[in-house]
Amino acid sequence: MKNFLSGLARLRRGPWEFVATLLIALGVFMLMQPFALWAYTYSFIVTLVGTVMFIIVSHFKE
Amino acid sequence: MSDKSIDRVAAATPAPVARKIRGLSDRAIAWIFVAPTIFLLLAINIFPLIWTIQLSFTNYKANRIGREVKNIGLRNYERILTDSDIWLNMQATAHFLFWTIFFQVLIGFTLAWLINKKFKGNDLWTTIIVLPMMLSPAVVGNFWKFLYQPQIGLFNYIVTWFTGAEPSSFEMLGSVDLAPWSIVIVDTWMWTPFVMLICLAGLRSIPDYIYEAAEIDRASKLRQFFTITIPMVLPFLMLAVLFRGIENFKMFDLVVQLTGGGPGSTTELTSINLKREAFEKWRTGYASAYAIILFVTVFGLASIYVKALNKVKER
Repeated sequence: MKNFLSGLARLRRGPWEFVATLLIALGVFMLMQPFALWAYTYSFIVTLVGTVMFIIVSHFKE
Repeated sequence: MSDKSIDRVAAATPAPVARKIRGLSDRAIAWIFVAPTIFLLLAINIFPLIWTIQLSFTNYKANRIGREVKNIGLRNYERILTDSDIWLNMQATAHFLFWTIFFQVLIGFTLAWLINKKFKGNDLWTTIIVLPMMLSPAVVGNFWKFLYQPQIGLFNYIVTWFTGAEPSSFEMLGSVDLAPWSIVIVDTWMWTPFVMLICLAGLRSIPDYIYEAAEIDRASKLRQFFTITIPMVLPFLMLAVLFRGIENFKMFDLVVQLTGGGPGSTTELTSINLKREAFEKWRTGYASAYAIILFVTVFGLASIYVKALNKVKER
């Protein structure tokens, strides 16, 4: 956990990619879940943020 | 190419051409080779994408050329993301995605595990199992339509044989409850071999000496399966799941042939709904926004897929 947080603080690719992957997965889940319409409404913005973040952080140092 | 043949090519090149090429840097020559591909990529992929993004903010209708095109901002996105019917389509897609991937991984891995055991006729069975994957989705859709016929279809008779229910008492494609499962069955039948092949590649990449070492340590077969086989095949399985996930998210042809999205809209997957919005209702701007939402989702999944692929390569 400490390594993960320090990786985030030092802008390292691994932890940031993990965060972006989580956001994408969360966005896709929100898009397709049958429980709440509000989650469906905000799914696109979550996926978009995750995807854009993934593109940016994949250029960070290893 | 050997030195001699290089010399021969150099000698055969006309002097003015050779002079021109000699004047170019390596970087310029590389660009000359890459430029046609980049141009094609821009023309076929990037330009339509940018145009679609632009259209998604308008009320453009492709069947009304003379109509004034108004910029309506994010209204198309707002309407799509608050539409409960599209939400239902997303849920139908989720049902299709979840169950196809679940069955394909389960059956595909089991088949790969069985095929990986050395037995007589191993290659013949592999070929037979892989056959459905080689067929066109349109053909598969059509012949499963016949198999699902309640009066003459083989599927209903097989179910009758197992359950004793009357063959004509249920209709796979016409029933609201059964139709979503009918498309799951067909996609599973068609694409399980693909998952099997990926799993087989994973199983064959495990070196024998690991199992031999486990045997020496007196690890049981079950322990070997859970501590060697599963962890080493997992990246391949993950790859198969992501690949099938992305493909099934875009599923169109097979389902259109089988149910056409019906009965009602129970099997109307997002891609079918998108096609209706774009080419039946002709709401081009709205459909563009819809396409962008699906594109971002698939692109996001593809990013994870590439990451997983790199992890497999690192092994």
